[in-house]
Amino acid sequence: MTSASYVVLHDTKYEYEAPVGLSRQIVHLTPRQMPWQTCERSLLTVTPTPEILSVADDAFGNPLTSLLIEKDHATLEVRAQSWVTVSTREYPEDARTTPWEQVRAQLAYHAGVRLDASDLDATRYLFESMRVRNKRELALWSAECFRPGTPLLVGVRALMHRIHDELVFDPAATTVSTPVMEVFERRRGVCQDFAHLMISCLRSLGLASRYVSGYLLTRPPPGKKRLVGADASHAWVSVYLPGFGWVDADPTNAVFPQLEHVTLGWGRDYDDVIPLRGVLLGGGSHELTIRVTVAPVAEAGEVLGPLAT
Amino acid sequence: MEDDLLGRYAKVPARYDEMVDDAGAPRPHWRAFLAHLASLPADSVRQRHEFVDETIASDGVTYNVYADPKGASRPWELDLLPMILAEDEWRGIATAVAQRAKLLDAVLGDLYGEQTLLRDGLLPPALVFGQRSFLWPLHRVRPPGGVSLHIYAADLARAPDGKWWVIADRTRGPSGAGYALQNRVTLSRAFPDAFRELHVEQLAPFFNALQDSLYRHSSPMAGEAPLAVLLTPGPFNETYFEHSFLARFLGFPLVEGQDLVVRGDHLYLKTLRGLRRVHAVLRRLDDDFCDPVELRADSALGVPGLLHVVRKGNVVLANALGSGVLETGAFAGFYPALGERLLGERLAMPSIATWWCGEAPALDYVLAHLDELVVKPAYPSMQMEPVFGHRLDAAGRAELRDRLVQQPHAYVAQEWVKLSQAPTWEPLGNHLRPRATAIRVFAVATANGYTVLPGGLTRVSPREHDVVSMQSGGASKDTWVLAGRPVTRIPLRRPRLGVSDIAKSAVDIASRVGENLFWMGRYAERCEGLARLLRSALERVAESANKEAPALATLFSATDRLNVLPIRDDAKKDEEGSLDPRDPAASFLAAVVDPRVPGSLAANVWRLNGCANQVRERMSTDNWHVLNRMAQRLPGKDASLAAALALLDETMLSCVSLAGFMMDDMTRDESWQFLLIGRRLERLAHVSALVAHVLSLPLAGRTAALEWLLEAANCIVTFRARYRREAEILPVLHLVVFDDTNPHSVAFQLRALTLTLERAAEELGTGTASELLAPLGKALSRTSLDGFEPESGELLERACADLSALATTVEETAFVVSDELQRRFFSHAGTAAPTGFGARPS
Repeated sequence: MTSASYVVLHDTKYEYEAPVGLSRQIVHLTPRQMPWQTCERSLLTVTPTPEILSVADDAFGNPLTSLLIEKDHATLEVRAQSWVTVSTREYPEDARTTPWEQVRAQLAYHAGVRLDASDLDATRYLFESMRVRNKRELALWSAECFRPGTPLLVGVRALMHRIHDELVFDPAATTVSTPVMEVFERRRGVCQDFAHLMISCLRSLGLASRYVSGYLLTRPPPGKKRLVGADASHAWVSVYLPGFGWVDADPTNAVFPQLEHVTLGWGRDYDDVIPLRGVLLGGGSHELTIRVTVAPVAEAGEVLGPLAT
Repeated sequence: MEDDLLGRYAKVPARYDEMVDDAGAPRPHWRAFLAHLASLPADSVRQRHEFVDETIASDGVTYNVYADPKGASRPWELDLLPMILAEDEWRGIATAVAQRAKLLDAVLGDLYGEQTLLRDGLLPPALVFGQRSFLWPLHRVRPPGGVSLHIYAADLARAPDGKWWVIADRTRGPSGAGYALQNRVTLSRAFPDAFRELHVEQLAPFFNALQDSLYRHSSPMAGEAPLAVLLTPGPFNETYFEHSFLARFLGFPLVEGQDLVVRGDHLYLKTLRGLRRVHAVLRRLDDDFCDPVELRADSALGVPGLLHVVRKGNVVLANALGSGVLETGAFAGFYPALGERLLGERLAMPSIATWWCGEAPALDYVLAHLDELVVKPAYPSMQMEPVFGHRLDAAGRAELRDRLVQQPHAYVAQEWVKLSQAPTWEPLGNHLRPRATAIRVFAVATANGYTVLPGGLTRVSPREHDVVSMQSGGASKDTWVLAGRPVTRIPLRRPRLGVSDIAKSAVDIASRVGENLFWMGRYAERCEGLARLLRSALERVAESANKEAPALATLFSATDRLNVLPIRDDAKKDEEGSLDPRDPAASFLAAVVDPRVPGSLAANVWRLNGCANQVRERMSTDNWHVLNRMAQRLPGKDASLAAALALLDETMLSCVSLAGFMMDDMTRDESWQFLLIGRRLERLAHVSALVAHVLSLPLAGRTAALEWLLEAANCIVTFRARYRREAEILPVLHLVVFDDTNPHSVAFQLRALTLTLERAAEELGTGTASELLAPLGKALSRTSLDGFEPESGELLERACADLSALATTVEETAFVVSDELQRRFFSHAGTAAPTGFGARPS
């Protein structure tokens, strides 16, 4: 088994036009512990210093920090630093996985039939949520990847490739609030759109699928050095295979994640794991700057300097 | 007459009739009421009918279908006849509804806790996790005392065989109990004798239990009285009338999300004196609107951080957040098994036969029996109207089948209920007419289980029709449960007060209430001022004598300065040179009756009504009656001159009675101070503006304006009594500006406003900007009247210019004070805006 260790630096800065008197935020910026991912250390630095800062798990088991700032401030800076080690994980052989209809049948309701804990957990991710639509046209569109009897992961991989091949990565085409059906119509968007579309397709077929929020290691152009802030948050999907568990798939890059994906957490869609959301009093319009850096530990000192330790 | 009443009653075949049996004979529990009705002369019945309608109009009982402040709220409809239920039958209903409330509370406890019902296949996950109203952030949050469902309502219908069925469950924050109470108040006065003689069960104890339910699990600090509030989405909500009525009845402050704030681990009410802790919230705000931090971010109606307080167990929410998940009709078919499992009991009253199409056998049945079924959404958020299978044509049926097959879990089918019929009063023919009927019955959690309101909200269909809903235009009935024994009158009990509460009640006044009262004061005074001014104008228009022309010209420029007239169309002005193209008569008329003219009297009456609506729980019925009538009597923009003049007279009378209510009727707490400040401030600004304008006119115009200035400032009677002559500038100015024994003078209002502001400052323990007025009072007292003695000349002109400037300063300062009050007492920190959706992963 091999592994990779990273230092992740995620800076968020809000600059407000008018002073903010009160700010209440919830933060999903601490990597989740999983069998194949260990977060050795995680630091959250908020400026100005919050009056209240508390840490708990959210309803999906993700680490969640809540904070409250009650003094006037013109800027809000949230810096998350994490030291994470990711190990390779075993994926089942695609062709040997359960046929998809059987998976669907196992998750469907049958009066009086008991669900085990992991199947019950999976049913949370079967239905429409704020940003995911279960639509007949999506089921029809996905049908060529999921022909009768297709093993689940064969279908998932085919769907992942299809979305990757047919959609154009285009940050100008969508915004954070573009509905998934519009993404489907225009066949353009960013990783979040790709993920919401793939989740919608899977759920439209009756399969359980969730949204994973995290980071992706990027490679600097050949001959160039890794730059601070050159990366971004990333998102991909996970699909439930009874008897095995959850299998990640990244439709933006057409891969089943291994060592280059760092997971923050998951939910039904983006809304459940927004990195930073909240409510403020005052402020007027604002400017937002986000800088994300994912550095392999070996390079971290060079790239991040003192922030790497 | 009884035979006559029954003889003309056209019983509907194959339906249960509440009043008569199959042979057409009155049922025993209806006999006494029918005999009473038959004993009344036709005139008397008609009068009672009119009394009911008038009471509803004057109490302002409304149900907003799509409300806007301009009066789209629909008057509540109450039938003259009560729905009557016998004691033994009621006992069965009450037991069944209490049992169902207990079951649903236990289901909520499980869904937001261990979820064993889902694990064991007793409930489909699709109906829970598939609903927006299932709130994951509340998972594993146990409400105080373990009670989720404080108040529950069941909609009941009676089948042709006489048995009762539950047709819907209301768990989020059921509406209707307040309307039921209002119906009772009205109908017990329409039939006082029958009501007493029939021994009708009392409603008040239920509301006492509701108060207890909120207080029982709250956790005040030692020595602190618990504070409960009623949280409303605001006056645009369809049942806002009920919110304010209940708030007043229960003694809870009526608040909106912006009135509440979370500090630390607690919830607080923003009051005129600062923050006061809230221990319990009776909420009428939808679950997912309650906290923009963790629930719907686009909600401006909620309280940021409320979920944090809920998690800490520091506030009781009635009902608990997330309770709305049980509003779907799709659960009905599962409840019998859940009753066995959670209560070990059989359900005493069945639900209407229900098929959730997410199960294959159910879907098959539904597809085969579409004609006999009503198809509804399994998810209330789908906002789909029920579809009656038997009303569809072939194409419609094919389309429905297709939808069901594609998304079976999203639909539920119910048996088509053949509703029972209850008699309604037909005023045109003086007879009884059967109408389809359903009852909403309410239960509240108490220390000894659920207790049921002995009565409820009975609704009847508008026509020979089977849909019973207030939204589709039906009427309601008071529901009389006969006790079978004399009933002791139990007044509504307010929570017992401790000594420390005696002086404290004023502390609970929400800042928003203060603000609305302040503006109510300003608008009421403005309406009165405008009515006087415009009456001076319209009377002169009506006389149309040439001698009035100069006065009319000055009235026109004065009203224009106050921005009361329709706005001049500058494009037209260019065509016709420098003359103002507006026709004075038409302009004055529009300034009275056209609500589209922003400064018109009509527009200000609506504003007054809007402010009053926000604080109606603080007003007596009589007071409200006057306010309501003012808006109702507005004749519309095409009114004649005579109608406008009549309106002005009536408005003035209304304003005078409002002022009377204010001085005599209202509790003089801190909020009352703001009402008074608003009135004084507006009057000061209005009279000062008129004086400033008149004094800025050239000599001829100024002289012509003196008489209407006296009228507009409400000084004409005093002037005539004192001087018995034509208006001259010196005595007019003395009376209108300087005479501080005249309550309409600038000097008097300036002093009175200063005193009121100072008194409020003392009570609130903080400054009220009264210091801004002091220099003006001094300047006024230093002004000499000598300059106004000459009939003309430079001395007079200079005196006029100086006083005009001073009056303008007074007007402007009044507005500065208004802004200061706004900043210091009302706006607190402003409105919360969501953030965090700008960043996205890529």
